[in-house]
Amino acid sequence: MKNNILIIGGGPAGLEASAQLQRMGYNVILIEKAPKLGGHLAKWDRLFPDSVPADEVLGGLLRSAEGVKCFTDTDVRAINRLDKSYNVRLTNGITVLSDAVLVASGFDLFDAVKKEEYGYGIYDQVMTNADLEAYFKTGSDKRIENPGRIGFAHCVGSRDEKSGCRSCSKVCCATAVKQAIEIKQAFPKAEVYCFYMDLRLFGRHYEDIYLKAQKEYGVRFIRGRLAEVSENYDGTLQVKAEDTVAGKPLKVTLDLLVLMSGMRPSASGKAIGDLLEMTVEEDGYFAVRSGIAAGQRSPIPGIFLAGAATGPKTLPETLADARAAAMEIDRYLTEIFPDAKNYKQLVRERW
Amino acid sequence: MVDFGFGLVPSSRINLDLFDKDKYEELAAVEPDVRICMACGSCTAVCTAGKFSTTSLREAIEDIKNAQPAKAVEMLQACQLCGKCSMVCPRGINTRHLILSITKTYSTK
Repeated sequence: MKNNILIIGGGPAGLEASAQLQRMGYNVILIEKAPKLGGHLAKWDRLFPDSVPADEVLGGLLRSAEGVKCFTDTDVRAINRLDKSYNVRLTNGITVLSDAVLVASGFDLFDAVKKEEYGYGIYDQVMTNADLEAYFKTGSDKRIENPGRIGFAHCVGSRDEKSGCRSCSKVCCATAVKQAIEIKQAFPKAEVYCFYMDLRLFGRHYEDIYLKAQKEYGVRFIRGRLAEVSENYDGTLQVKAEDTVAGKPLKVTLDLLVLMSGMRPSASGKAIGDLLEMTVEEDGYFAVRSGIAAGQRSPIPGIFLAGAATGPKTLPETLADARAAAMEIDRYLTEIFPDAKNYKQLVRERW
Repeated sequence: MVDFGFGLVPSSRINLDLFDKDKYEELAAVEPDVRICMACGSCTAVCTAGKFSTTSLREAIEDIKNAQPAKAVEMLQACQLCGKCSMVCPRGINTRHLILSITKTYSTK
């Protein structure tokens, strides 16, 4: 069992799948376009629902993937399908002959500049969820100086057809509740408001942190999508929404507004998809062989998918998906791939 | 003043800048459960007084959080303290006690 497997993307999905496949005895080559492994996880401070340090989780992933051949600052230049393997030319000059390819290209955060009415990049006191995580990680951000009134706008670049993002980004509700709690911990006197349409706290312990945010931290949840933000002469923000529970328009002055940017298909993933001629669905994420029974197989034999490349996922979902992908790759490489004579028939029957 | 046959309607917009935090904390100190209402509306749905007058604990809690406590107190006047709302509240709020505390804290009379 020494097949080469190329894994594209060194975030949590790529790392976890690498570790699993290496344990199974495969020869794994992991490539990451950024200078560092870890993807978005490396930029995050703490994780919902239990505020576990992101570094701890990433450290664990990196440790278990030790020994995997790994190229950072590396992308795919060209990819050719041979009879049943893939000949992949990397940007670092190396060519890999790979029997299976796992695309774990992850997500990009929605570019909040596109929601001009929220004023990101226009008004000083508007930031994104990623900016706030960076603040928690580094402890410094010139926008945060003992804020008294803080707002969180849910669904920025999700459930918004006009921005080209119809789907729910799934993780932002829990992230907003987590960040609301954390900012209250940092500034206990602050008033914190969350503007939501529905609170989608579907996971285990998620409802608990929602209750905790209300009960212990006094976070105010206002049902109504944030409609408009403007800047006052003193630099504070005036935001407007409808309190749809009260059925009344509402305004409030804020010192800081945090936009919950949603997950979008990654641009680098799209480039890989173009090279491989992979099917992309209307939502921009890669199509899978079957959303229920074969969520880690792409429609193309030998090409597998894991993590947010196939839609927004929480971190545990991504890791589970990566493990599932490793199992699927193993099944493919032991059941279908070795039978050269009947390969095409087996793919038809079993892919 | 000349009667032009029309008047101005006061703004019904919620202005959270007017929210009286100290007063709210006073209420929350005796009634911490006021924080955990998730506005499901079960209390309003079963309210016996609500059939005859506009009575809604859900709305009253909202009014307080929306800096309109007078409306809340007014609305709860019709409450008969029957307690059906406490039976249906999914968060287990002692609604009768909450209603009394709201009235006590915010009543101006």
